[in-house]
Amino acid sequence: MNLEELLSSFAGADEIELENVTIDTEELILKVQQALIASGMPSVAGVGVSPELAPLEYKVPIREYKGSVAEVQLGATKSEGGTRKHVVKLGAQKSLYWFEGGIVNRPVVTFDVFDVAPPLPRAIREHVEDVWHDPAEWAKKAVKMGADLVTIHLTSTDPNNQDSSPREAAKTVEDVLQAVDVPLVIGGSGTPEKDPLVLEKCAEAAEGERCLLASANLDLDYKKIAQAAIKYKHNVLSWTSMNINDQKSLNRLLFDEGLTQDQIVQDPTTGALGYGLDYTYSIIERMKIGALKGDEELQMPISCGVTNAWGARESWLNNDAWGPREHRGPLWEIVTGTAVLMAGADIMMMLHPLAVKTVKDIILSMTGEKKSRNVRYEDWLTV
Amino acid sequence: MARLSPMDVYKALPGINCKKCGVDTCMAFASKLIEREMTPADCPPLFEAQYSEKQAALIKLLSPPVKEVVVGSGEKAIKLGGEEVIYRHELTYFNPTGLFYDVDDSLPVDEIKSRVSAIEDFGVDKIGRTLKLDGVAIRCKTGDAASFGEAVLAATETTELPLILCSHDSEVLEVGAEIALDRRPLLFAATPDNWEKIVEVALKNNCPVVASVPGDVEGLLKLSRNIRSAGISDIVLDIGTNTVGDGLAETINNLVILRRLAVEEELAEAMYPILGVPMVAWIDAKSEIDAGFEEATIAASQLLRFCDALILHSTEMWQNMPLLNLRLNIYTDPRVPVSVEAKLYEVGTPDENSPVFLTTNFALTYFTVASDLEAAKIPAYILVADTEGLAVEVSMAGKKITPEVIQDIFSKSGIEKLVKHRKLVIPGVTARIKGELEDATGWEIIVGPKDSSMIPGFLQKTPIA
Repeated sequence: MNLEELLSSFAGADEIELENVTIDTEELILKVQQALIASGMPSVAGVGVSPELAPLEYKVPIREYKGSVAEVQLGATKSEGGTRKHVVKLGAQKSLYWFEGGIVNRPVVTFDVFDVAPPLPRAIREHVEDVWHDPAEWAKKAVKMGADLVTIHLTSTDPNNQDSSPREAAKTVEDVLQAVDVPLVIGGSGTPEKDPLVLEKCAEAAEGERCLLASANLDLDYKKIAQAAIKYKHNVLSWTSMNINDQKSLNRLLFDEGLTQDQIVQDPTTGALGYGLDYTYSIIERMKIGALKGDEELQMPISCGVTNAWGARESWLNNDAWGPREHRGPLWEIVTGTAVLMAGADIMMMLHPLAVKTVKDIILSMTGEKKSRNVRYEDWLTV
Repeated sequence: MARLSPMDVYKALPGINCKKCGVDTCMAFASKLIEREMTPADCPPLFEAQYSEKQAALIKLLSPPVKEVVVGSGEKAIKLGGEEVIYRHELTYFNPTGLFYDVDDSLPVDEIKSRVSAIEDFGVDKIGRTLKLDGVAIRCKTGDAASFGEAVLAATETTELPLILCSHDSEVLEVGAEIALDRRPLLFAATPDNWEKIVEVALKNNCPVVASVPGDVEGLLKLSRNIRSAGISDIVLDIGTNTVGDGLAETINNLVILRRLAVEEELAEAMYPILGVPMVAWIDAKSEIDAGFEEATIAASQLLRFCDALILHSTEMWQNMPLLNLRLNIYTDPRVPVSVEAKLYEVGTPDENSPVFLTTNFALTYFTVASDLEAAKIPAYILVADTEGLAVEVSMAGKKITPEVIQDIFSKSGIEKLVKHRKLVIPGVTARIKGELEDATGWEIIVGPKDSSMIPGFLQKTPIA
């Protein structure tokens, strides 16, 4: 019997029972269809095979998770022993994706401010040139440009920079705290022998403000930083270099010092777009999934230095063939930020005002606070 | 989906170790099939009648939860989908998101041709390779089948790149598909209203089809099933794309839902590649710059949320460079090591007067420096220090580039015997540790440029020997 005859024999049947046959349905349908076309018969629907085969069994795939991310509060109001008007809460997710559990605490953006500005790419310089010799004014401008909080990098304390003293650094922190009412991240200069001393002094000066001390890592006296955080009521950034096992080890060591999950933010290091972002992306995904599976050493919010995007030559190099760098640079930071945000970052340290605005727009899209433009999807065909 | 083991696959092979595939054993061939280094077609006995059951079993076994759909023909054909995992760290992503750029049929033929050429010729160098765009999406803006046909003809005369033919009108698509016969264009799109007619066009011309139901996952799954039931096996899903705002969040959520249903629940209707249209940013856009930023932002988020193909408008370099780099990063095989061996490398044929550069053993850093020196034809030595696979700036911040590490590679490499001079060029961002390095090596330390692309100009101003 050829296929055509077979099909026509089906025509009057209500039910067809097949015994002891294995059929790859996709294959059969395709062959039937081809046979029909070849024989000039009407389409499948026309021979009485309804396209609505069976009710569609489909449920929105929402998962149950055993663990959750701790909530870390940055900043303290007057009643909490600080002077901040706004506080920022990070983490507290109980699920992986936005549609599974809603946004508990929306991710935030912190603007980088330096006490002594490093050589900055032109695209950024032009936005902060008027304030970059005064960290307090710079911080104010950052808040105006949409920062949820401000990071003050005390680069001047580097012995190879101005070698300014911990006391001088603490004065800068006090000035910035005076100038703005958002929470503060306090960053050292990346000098292992000095950062603990600087952060300790700054922690003392900012006692009770629940700042984020940036950062403890495996190459310096993290104990001193942890103890300063406990004594003066701050949080600690636990920073490692793209290695999830190191991250777990350092977090464990910080627990041993007496810090709890709600006082630690983790930073697995952000590689720039095109230069290691893939490692960062996957480590963050693994950290978030690990936290939700119940790994206590990973159940803390995640911070990302999105500013590292500017380390990529494509972001700043003047090259006519690459198009205008005043667009290319911020977009480099935007794409880097979008990637870590979607991987699961809770706090993003950023530099360019347009990048800050765009990444915040995505965050506000997630929360529903930003509405999409009212356009009809199909119109792209004829725009 | 659990990852296949070579034993699973072996069971579906003839098991006769005939070596016709070029591999010694069927078991070894099984491993190559899993890694997609070879395909069932490489096993001739499998296609003998006696093994037909095994053949069917093997093909079923090797089908990924996201079907691989080929668009285009010949060398430039592109594979969409074929993915096995949701998270790249679980294995790897296989087929990079196809980037298609629009052209519309209201343009004069010569403009269509020049835009298509621009899409085809677009390229940007990245460590010795060229990042390219993948295809052309031809839109029927006029609503007129004849105009569309002319545009498709102009495109096929200009390029071999894969095509997406875009209209909701089956007559328009039919004209286009007939002109692009043998090019296997993707038809955009079948909707709940027109799908039966579009399917006819697709069957007649052997084209893959996009099923499009914006914002309605259930509607899309039903449509996908209807199209499949009608005999189309190469389907691409389109759940719509919204502009930045709450709508984009909905788009992203739907993308996750679709891919989860495919990979984790193996729901047949969802097991197809997904297409996104960041080009929606251009509808009612305030300015070209605004639209460019919004389009890139949407594209980045869709690329990160499993889209296997995107239709974009802007071919501006500043906009596409970040996207191409993102695609490169995300589709890099995470199983490939991060670092190169820390040792002395040579570029060209260096002699005793050649400069010596220091860099880190992050693979990308090393390859960037090496390719810059090669491009500038500068014979040189590159001392690669063991920074545990970290890039230069991160190594500095993380204290992985230290006098001890440098001293170690210095003594191991024997560089002192290879050059007469005693000058080491270090990366610009490591200027801070110049003094320490001088103490550690006893050499004169020269702070090089911040970026290795500037080395040629730097050497002119600062001759080494």
